[in-house]
Amino acid sequence: MTDPLPLANRTPAGEPLLSLRHVGRTFGSVVALSNVTFDIRAGEVLGLVGDNGAGKSTIIKIISGMFPQTSGEVILEGKPRHWTSPQQALSAGIETVYQDVGLAATLSITANIFLGREVVRPGLLGRMGFLDNGAMSKVAQADTAKTGIRLPHLDTTVGNLSGGQRQAITIARSMSWARKLLILDEPTNHLGVPEVEELLRLIRHVRDEGVAVILISHTLAHVMAITDRIVVMRLGEVVAEHVTRESTTAAVVNDIVGATEAEIARSLN
Amino acid sequence: MADATTTSAPSPRSSSSLRSWLARRPLAKQQLLLLLGLAVIVGIFDVLNPGFLAADNISSILQDSTETILLAFAETLVIITGGIDISVGATLGLSGIIGSLVVVGLGQGGMMLGAFPSLVLGTLAALAVGVGVGLANGLMVTKARVTPFIATLAMLGVATGLTFVLTNGVDVSGLAPAVATWGNTVFLGILTFPILVTIILGVIVGLFLHGARFGRWTFAIGSNARAARGAGIPVQRHLIKIYVLAGLLSAVAGVLVVMRLGTGSPLEGANDELNAIASVVIGGASLFGGTGTIIGSLLGALIIGVIVNGLIVAGIQPYWQTVIIGMIIAVAVMMQERGRARD
Ligand SMILES: Nc1ncnc2c1ncn2[C@@H]1O[C@H](COP(=O)(O)OP(=O)(O)O)[C@@H](O)[C@H]1O
Ligand SMILES: [Mg+2]
Repeated sequence: MTDPLPLANRTPAGEPLLSLRHVGRTFGSVVALSNVTFDIRAGEVLGLVGDNGAGKSTIIKIISGMFPQTSGEVILEGKPRHWTSPQQALSAGIETVYQDVGLAATLSITANIFLGREVVRPGLLGRMGFLDNGAMSKVAQADTAKTGIRLPHLDTTVGNLSGGQRQAITIARSMSWARKLLILDEPTNHLGVPEVEELLRLIRHVRDEGVAVILISHTLAHVMAITDRIVVMRLGEVVAEHVTRESTTAAVVNDIVGATEAEIARSLN
Repeated sequence: MADATTTSAPSPRSSSSLRSWLARRPLAKQQLLLLLGLAVIVGIFDVLNPGFLAADNISSILQDSTETILLAFAETLVIITGGIDISVGATLGLSGIIGSLVVVGLGQGGMMLGAFPSLVLGTLAALAVGVGVGLANGLMVTKARVTPFIATLAMLGVATGLTFVLTNGVDVSGLAPAVATWGNTVFLGILTFPILVTIILGVIVGLFLHGARFGRWTFAIGSNARAARGAGIPVQRHLIKIYVLAGLLSAVAGVLVVMRLGTGSPLEGANDELNAIASVVIGGASLFGGTGTIIGSLLGALIIGVIVNGLIVAGIQPYWQTVIIGMIIAVAVMMQERGRARD
């Protein structure tokens, strides 16, 4: 991780790190996103909420380079971007924990943590791509220890681990590599209560180092507890934005389901 | 992420027996079992055919197996990525034929260097065929999104067809006798040029596959291609490389076959993909991708080679070979599936 930014840079007054302007995405005739506009600043935690199918995962996959937008602009540090591979977003300092991608099950924990960024030996061997497994083990050990995750030996094949352990590895990997933006899509899946507490602590830690965080979660209690702002999506559009400390869970829920539905729900109670 | 993460099998520290050492090293265990299996099969044939273990017969088994071994290396790379290449045998055939045609066409009676320049050009032409076939396979699989089985099935048809179009089904004869001499001269007791090339390529492929980033990415793609892409690995480019290498290794095998036989035969390579796939699955690779070793595939290919040689020595009708190897594939995959179900 890079040097922590001064706290002043975290105030909403600064230039946004990332801006989305009228971003749209279609898959054939399916309109997954029609009009998404929001900003995020360094050192800010942004909650992204909405019903299933609202388009949350689609928007973060555009930000992380999984596929490009079909309309609108993605602007990172003032420059418009149109990423066609995750490699581009990764080298721009954006790390993502995907909801539905997972790890390479037949590789070890260490191999997964360094996937795509393997450390090679010095000299000619390194130029031919020969791996420095010792160096990677050491760093992986330090990374996972720092994040408070307890794991079996790091040579263990990931396929032998539980869902929670795998999720912990995915999170540890993204946290230790994130330089500018960390995206977490439903990261609490498979995690127990103590693990979730640990995750929230880690998010604060990354934020304090000046990294921006986008958190997608269905558990509004977590979102209310940790975010600075909340963007609500419905049917591929941003429908509301809340400053977390000035808002309430009920108000956010209202926007998620749409006021009319909320009124129906209330009248049924 | 505090507790609940230490539930994996505790290491059996108490006993330092071979059994517990092997339990922690499933690959070593698998390879020891393969070695044991090979020893048993060799033992059986040695009892049935005295003289089976003589140095010259071992050399001839190795010599005949180089084809299967090299194709198995090619197939290992592709299978680890979660794909399959059923065009390796046809590529071997086509590259051998084009190489032979180039040599014969250029003539082998150069004024100062004899057959040497045309042999070099013929070899290069053969290798270029392998690269071209592999590139076409790789592009079909990645850019055109054709499943590997169908893409390489199409290539099997094209390459086999071209082989027969170019030869009319007749051997390419007229290669300098030196070719077969170089291909079959035994040195250091059991080595030949084809065996030496196979050993060298096996070491190189094995080192890069198991020790370098090249291999790490190959396994990652077969294990979870989306995760590999998400981690920034250029998945399509890497897959194209893999298919090109598979084509290249098949072409090397094609050149070596011509050297062994001293003539270019359009029948060479037919059904060889069966032996290659059998070797790889016997060697422990999963057809689902993400696992496999060069040593395992080598041992698998040697088992196939010994069985084929043993059947010939025992005087069994050669058409039984594909029957037996087909059954071996089925049994090996079924055993893998049972192992997977137990996990
Ligand atoms: N690859 C795809 N092909 C077709 N439709 C897709 C694809 N990805 C997402 N969608 C559609 O886009 C919409 C938004 O999905 P998603 O972003 O996963 O929602 P969320 O993460 O908010 O639950 C859904 O209607 C989904 O079916
Ligand atoms: Mg989602």
